[in-house]
Amino acid sequence: MAGRARGDPRVVLSYLILAAGSVVVAFPFIWMVASSLKPLTEIFDVRFLPTQPTLENYAEVLTRTQFPRWFANSLIIAAITTVSVAFFDALVGYALAKLQFPGRGLIFVLILATLMIPTEMLVIPWYIMSSANGWINTYWGIMFPGLITAFGIFLIRQFMSGVPDELLDAGRIDGVGEFGLFWRIALPQVKPAMAALCIFTFLGNWNAFLWPMIVIQTPNMRTLPVGLALFSGEAGSSWNLIMAGSALAIIPVLLVFLVLQRQIIEGIVLTGLRN
Amino acid sequence: MVTQVAAARPLRRGLRIGQQRALWAYLFLAVPLLFFAGIRILPAISSLYISVHEWNIISPVRPYVGLANFQTLSGDPRFAHAAINTVRYVLVGIPAQMVLGLGLALLLQRIVRFRGLFRALYFMPFITPIVAASWVWQWMYSQHLGPLNKILLGVGLPAQGFLRDPDQALYAVAAMVVWQYLGFQVVIFLAGLEAIPRVYYEAAQVDGATGWRLFWRITLPLLNPTIVFSVVYSTIVYLQLFTQVLNMTFQDQGGPLATTLTLVLYVYQLGFQRFRMGEAAAATAILFVVILTITLLQMKILSKPVEY
Repeated sequence: MAGRARGDPRVVLSYLILAAGSVVVAFPFIWMVASSLKPLTEIFDVRFLPTQPTLENYAEVLTRTQFPRWFANSLIIAAITTVSVAFFDALVGYALAKLQFPGRGLIFVLILATLMIPTEMLVIPWYIMSSANGWINTYWGIMFPGLITAFGIFLIRQFMSGVPDELLDAGRIDGVGEFGLFWRIALPQVKPAMAALCIFTFLGNWNAFLWPMIVIQTPNMRTLPVGLALFSGEAGSSWNLIMAGSALAIIPVLLVFLVLQRQIIEGIVLTGLRN
Repeated sequence: MVTQVAAARPLRRGLRIGQQRALWAYLFLAVPLLFFAGIRILPAISSLYISVHEWNIISPVRPYVGLANFQTLSGDPRFAHAAINTVRYVLVGIPAQMVLGLGLALLLQRIVRFRGLFRALYFMPFITPIVAASWVWQWMYSQHLGPLNKILLGVGLPAQGFLRDPDQALYAVAAMVVWQYLGFQVVIFLAGLEAIPRVYYEAAQVDGATGWRLFWRITLPLLNPTIVFSVVYSTIVYLQLFTQVLNMTFQDQGGPLATTLTLVLYVYQLGFQRFRMGEAAAATAILFVVILTITLLQMKILSKPVEY
């Protein structure tokens, strides 16, 4: 493996295969953007690129559907959920890693065990619960199942275990309260793990579909995925509009990815291999 | 100095400080514990309770029916389709994802320039909203007007039915799912490959081993924990396929002729389109047992020490 020359045909071949593969992987994105720029008259055309590119499809999706509203709904729900998950998961992860109290092991095992319950098993009771409490078709109803996650607690607990006790003891001597020890001393020590947790929680909620599809009932409450699914179902063969809608849903996420690429990929390694 | 003082304090006021800290811990845990009890554990028990009752959301009468819902499912041809299809997704998608993922990771390991760029390109589908990607793929597969058939016709091959063809639809959906998870798989394999100590390769090269022998004798065995983790993780993901299937076959969910129907999609149809909550809950109980078994098996396999 070591010391391979630059002109090695096997390295050149590697580049060629990787380049060909990435064209295949990127093709749906390119096709989506190309189609979204085509006027309706060209949408079934043989040509790959639009001859007369237009932004009309985007304008129509943004003005004739509730797309901006769905976007805002998704943003609000994903943001609130992420803040809640970050706070509670970190707090519990800290308590389980750094505080001594009777029942610690049992509580940790109980929380971990909930990871084995598949979401599908819970949606029926959640629906019944939501109907009984008037949560159907509300932000709260869409958000409540995801406000604290066992996975995040597990992740943060692992990292909190690495925070030296001496640091906390020094804080105690300086008169820092128990909450301050968590908030001001321990939390800054696990920033990379917190960043990964926040990014994945946000993306997960931004993309969530099964439960929102069940609990949302009116067009104005739809999240972006639910809005896009139902709008596309109704748009028939207006593929130019469906592609513009898809592009509007995908492009912001890709931009975020480009900015946070390193954290996201490192986070995957961090979280994936720690399972 | 600091540790000495800290160690000295509990000697003097140990019990009281210990109790105080325990109280703080319970205070920190109070809301999350209520959450897990109310939103995860009780609903899971409630789901099992519903699965042995006739439960129609409209009707107030919900009699206990024992295992009748499970019996109904076992005689329901649509449930059988959904179960068999779900296993087929696993058997088709996961080998493809593993082989392609490992191949790409090995290629990426071989190059130096543009490694980050390629990795990012392959990773893009993984963070793309699934609903949007599913509609793009639905159009890519479109029978007469989609780009794939245009390409096929362009090179003189016959057009294919893809999502409209009962023999092809499941593979067409599986291809999209593989596309989506490939980049994730590559990242996991790259991390696994980088964790293999260089000295093993160097030692083997001294012994005269090259190419394939290095791969079979060193890379693959040492990558085993990563492979086991990936297979289990992906199996659980594939067992819960829903969003892609619903959106790629929107007008005929799970079609054509129920050939793409998955367990979770069927649960959704039973529970929320036909309001047969009892049967839907019974189906999720079966899914739960399957996932639990796989997870426990994984723990057993992965807890074995790797021998170098």
